[in-house]
Amino acid sequence: MSAQSDNWIDIAALDAVPQRGARLIKTAHGCVAVFRTGIDEVYALDNACPHKNGPLADGIVHGKAVTCPLHNWVISLETGAAQGADTGQVATYPAKVVDGRIQIDASLLTHRGVA
Amino acid sequence: MTQKLVVIGAGMASGRVLEHLFEANADYYVTLFNAEARGNYNRIMLSPVLSGEKTYDDIVTHNAEWYTTQGVTCHFGTPITSIDRAAKTVTSTEGTVPYDKLLIATGSAPFIIPVPGKDLDGVVTYRDLDDTNAMIDAAKSGGKAVVIGGGLLGLEAAAGLAERGMDVTVLHLMGHLMERQLDEAAGFLLRRDLEKRGITVKCQASTTAILGTTRVEAVLLDDGETLDADLVVMAVGIRPETRLATDAGLSVARGVEVNAQMETSDPDIIAIGECVEFDGQLFGLVAPLYDQAKVVAKTLMGVPDVFTPKELSTKLKVTGCDLFSAGDFAEAEGREDIVFRDPARGVYRRLVLEDNIVVGAVMYGDTADSNWFFGLIRDKTDISDMRETLIYGPAFQGGAPSDPLSAVAALPRDVEICGCNGICKGQIEDAVHAGATDLGAVRAVTKASGSCGTCTGLVEQVLAVTLGDEFIAPAAASICGCTDMTHEDVRRMIKSRELKSMPAVWQECGWKTSCGCHICRPALNFYLLADWPMEYTDDPQSRFINERKHANIQKDGTFSVVPRMWGGITTPDELRAIADAADKFAVPTVKVTGGQRIDLLGVKGEDLPAIWEDLNNAGMVSGHAYSKGLRTVKTCVGTDHCRFGTQDSTGLGIKLEKTLWGSWTPHKLKLGVSGCPRNCAEATCKDIGIVCVDSGYQISIGGAAGMDVRETEPLCQVKTEAEVIDVVKAVTQLYRENAKYLDRIYKWVAKVGLDWVKESVADLDKRTALKARFEHSQTVYRKDPWAQHVAKSETYRPLADLTLEAAE
Repeated sequence: MSAQSDNWIDIAALDAVPQRGARLIKTAHGCVAVFRTGIDEVYALDNACPHKNGPLADGIVHGKAVTCPLHNWVISLETGAAQGADTGQVATYPAKVVDGRIQIDASLLTHRGVA
Repeated sequence: MTQKLVVIGAGMASGRVLEHLFEANADYYVTLFNAEARGNYNRIMLSPVLSGEKTYDDIVTHNAEWYTTQGVTCHFGTPITSIDRAAKTVTSTEGTVPYDKLLIATGSAPFIIPVPGKDLDGVVTYRDLDDTNAMIDAAKSGGKAVVIGGGLLGLEAAAGLAERGMDVTVLHLMGHLMERQLDEAAGFLLRRDLEKRGITVKCQASTTAILGTTRVEAVLLDDGETLDADLVVMAVGIRPETRLATDAGLSVARGVEVNAQMETSDPDIIAIGECVEFDGQLFGLVAPLYDQAKVVAKTLMGVPDVFTPKELSTKLKVTGCDLFSAGDFAEAEGREDIVFRDPARGVYRRLVLEDNIVVGAVMYGDTADSNWFFGLIRDKTDISDMRETLIYGPAFQGGAPSDPLSAVAALPRDVEICGCNGICKGQIEDAVHAGATDLGAVRAVTKASGSCGTCTGLVEQVLAVTLGDEFIAPAAASICGCTDMTHEDVRRMIKSRELKSMPAVWQECGWKTSCGCHICRPALNFYLLADWPMEYTDDPQSRFINERKHANIQKDGTFSVVPRMWGGITTPDELRAIADAADKFAVPTVKVTGGQRIDLLGVKGEDLPAIWEDLNNAGMVSGHAYSKGLRTVKTCVGTDHCRFGTQDSTGLGIKLEKTLWGSWTPHKLKLGVSGCPRNCAEATCKDIGIVCVDSGYQISIGGAAGMDVRETEPLCQVKTEAEVIDVVKAVTQLYRENAKYLDRIYKWVAKVGLDWVKESVADLDKRTALKARFEHSQTVYRKDPWAQHVAKSETYRPLADLTLEAAE
C-alpha cells in the first residue's frame, strides 16, 4: 500500500453495506463495488468481472472472495485476481474503516486502480 | 513317528485346519475324503458365482496342486460309509483306511421340506457348487423360479437367479424376511429393495406341494394359490450332517457334541464346523469355524487351547441391499431401543440396550459404522456417556471429526476388521508396512476381506490411513470444497442435532472455510429455513442475486420483472398497469412467458423498487420467476368456457397458486392443472400436474421439460378440490424436507422411490402433519417480497455518487 496517499474520502457508514455483501459507488470512470466481509473488512473493486463484465457487487461474498453472479468466477477481494483455473484481474482501490465509516482513497477519482 | 490323520470332508473348516497343521510342520500323514468331487473352495462366494459376478476358478482356495505339495492323499467324490472306532479305521467305496486321529468335517445338509413333489426334477437345494451349477443351467432358459425360504441363502439365491434373468418369487413362512437376523422394520426395507429389483416376495406363505409329472411345473400354497415354476430352490435351512457319527456311536445331539478342545466323546475323533454342537450351539457362519480350526490344529498337536464362541454378525451378500445385524435384538424386560430412520435414504438403524450396554444392532441401508457397533456389542462397552449421539455412529462421539478415515485411524490395533478370518487392524498395518500396498496384496498376505468380502471398504480405509498420501481413496461427493459431508449428511445433522443457524452448521459439521462459499451457502440457507421456519432467519447474502433482489439477472447486469398472474388469468387494468410501467421505465423488451404471464426484460437494478411499487399499486405481486420456489400454476379454461372441461381447472389453479406462492423449495416448482385428459395446460410435464377427470382429479409428479424431458408419474387420484390442495401441500412439504438442494422433484423421486412418496401422502396422519408443517412455514414466507423491498429501496441505490466530485 505504499502508493496510497493520505487523501481519504468518506463514503458511508459501514452498516450501510450488509455483512458478506456489497454496494456500488458511481464514479466518472464507472461503478466501483465496495465489499464488506463476514469479519467487517472492506474492499473496493471495479464492478466488472474480467470474464464478461458481470456485476461483482451482486455476487455471493465468502471469506475474502466474491463469486460473480453470471458464470461463477471467483475473484479475490484482496488482489482482484480470478481464482482457480480462471485467469484475469479486476482493478482494486484502497479502502478502510475508521470509526464505523467506510473511507476510500481519493485516487479513485482521478485514475484507474492500483492493480 | 508320523501319525495318520484321516479327514472326512474338504470344506472351509477342514481346509483351514490343514493350513494350520502344515504351517506348524505338524507330524501327520493326511488322507482326505470328500463326497463332493473336488477340493476346498470358498463356499460363501457361491452367491457371486450364481449371480455371475465370479466364476468357480475365482473361489477355489485349495487346488489339486496344493494338496499334492502338502503330501495329502485325496479321495474326491468318495464318501465314507462307516467308521470302526475299535479298529480305528474308516471305510469308503474304495476300501478301508486306518487312522490315529480322525477329523469329522461333514458339514451340513440342506433341510428338505417333506411335501409331495420334493423329488421332482427341477427341485434343487442351495448348498454346493453342483447345486449352483444346476441353478445356472436352469436359468439359461429363463422362466419362473420359486425360492422357498427367505433367509440368507434363499435371498442370495433369489437375487442371483433374478440377475440371470429369471422371474423369481420368494416364499417365506414367517411374517418378515430373515426374521432371525432382522426385525420387522429392516425386514420391510429389505423386502422393498428386493421388490425393486423385480423379485416377488410372499411372506406367511406355506408350501403344501410341489406339482408336476416328471418335472416341476408349479408350487401349491396352503391358501390354494398356485405359482408356476420352472425351478424350485429349497433354502429353508440346514441341519448338521451327523449320520456317520451317529452310526459310529458318538454322542450326538442336534450336532456331533464336542468339548472346548473340539474332541467328540471319543478323544481320538475330533469334529469341526457345521456338523458340531458345542454347549448347545450350532455354527453356520465362517468366523467361528475358523476359530474352531485354530483349536483343532492345536489339539492335534497336543497344545492346550480352548474354543470360545464369540458374538456373531451377519451381512447379506446381495449387491445394493446393505444390511447388518448382530447380537440379540428381541424385545425384553429392561431393554431399551434407540432407533434412527431416514426414510428418504431408506436407512434404518436400531440399537438394543440393556444396562447401558449395546446387546444388539440392526442396520439397513447404511452399514458403514457396523464394525464400530459390533465392537461395542462384543466388548460390552458402557455407552452411558455417549448415549445421546450413539445412534449416529463413531463420527459423532467425543468431538471426533466426521471423516470416516479419522474414525478408522482412531481404532485400536486389536479391533477386528475382517470377521471371517479374524484379522485385526494391527495385522493389516503390519502387512502394509511390510510392503503390501494395495488391496490385493493385503488380501494375499493377511486374508483380510478374502472370504465374504463385505469388509473390503474397511480394509481399504485401513490401507489409506496407514499409507497416508500414497493412497488415493475414492471420495464420496461432498457438497463442495468447504466440507467432506454430502448434502444428505448435512440435512440429517441439521435435523438431528437441531442446528438452526449457519455458523452452527459450519461448526458442528466441521466446515473447512470460515463462512462457506457460493455453492454451499445457498443450500444451507434453504435447508435451515425449510427445517426451522420459525427459528432461522433467511439470509439474503447467502442467496444467489436473483433471490436476493427478487428479479432475474440478465447478461448485461439488468434484471427482468415478472408480476404474478394467478392461474394465468389477468385483467385489462393489470395489463394497462404493466404497459404503463414498461413505458415509464423504458423497458426494452416485453415478452409473454411459457408460464402464462408477462416478462419485462432489461430493467436497471436501481429502478427495481420503483417499478415494483407501481405494479404493487395496481394489485400485483412478485411472480417469483427467479426463485427456487413456486413459479407458476399453468391452467386451461376448464368448465368456464371449454366444451370438454370436466372440472374448474382455472379456479383450482388459482387456489393452488394462492396457497403455495412464496414457498421456497429445493429447486423451482412448476404446476399445471388441465381440465380434461386433452391436457391443454401440459400438466404432465410439470413438477406437479393435475388432470381433471369426470370422477375427480389425477395428481402426478416428477415431470420435466427442460434439459431432461419426462412425463409425470401418477401419485394418486382424489375426489375433491380440497383433497387436491392437501395432497399438493403434503408432497411439496415432503420434497422441501427431504430433497437435496437443486434436485427437481423427478430427481428426488428417483432417489427416494415413488412408492415412499405415495405412502407418505396416502397415510392420512402423515398427510395432515406434512400439510400442517407447510402451512406453519407459509405463515412466514407467503408474503410479497416486492412490497417488503419497496420499503428498503435505499439499498438498491448506489452507496455514493462521486461522478460530480472534482478530480484533483
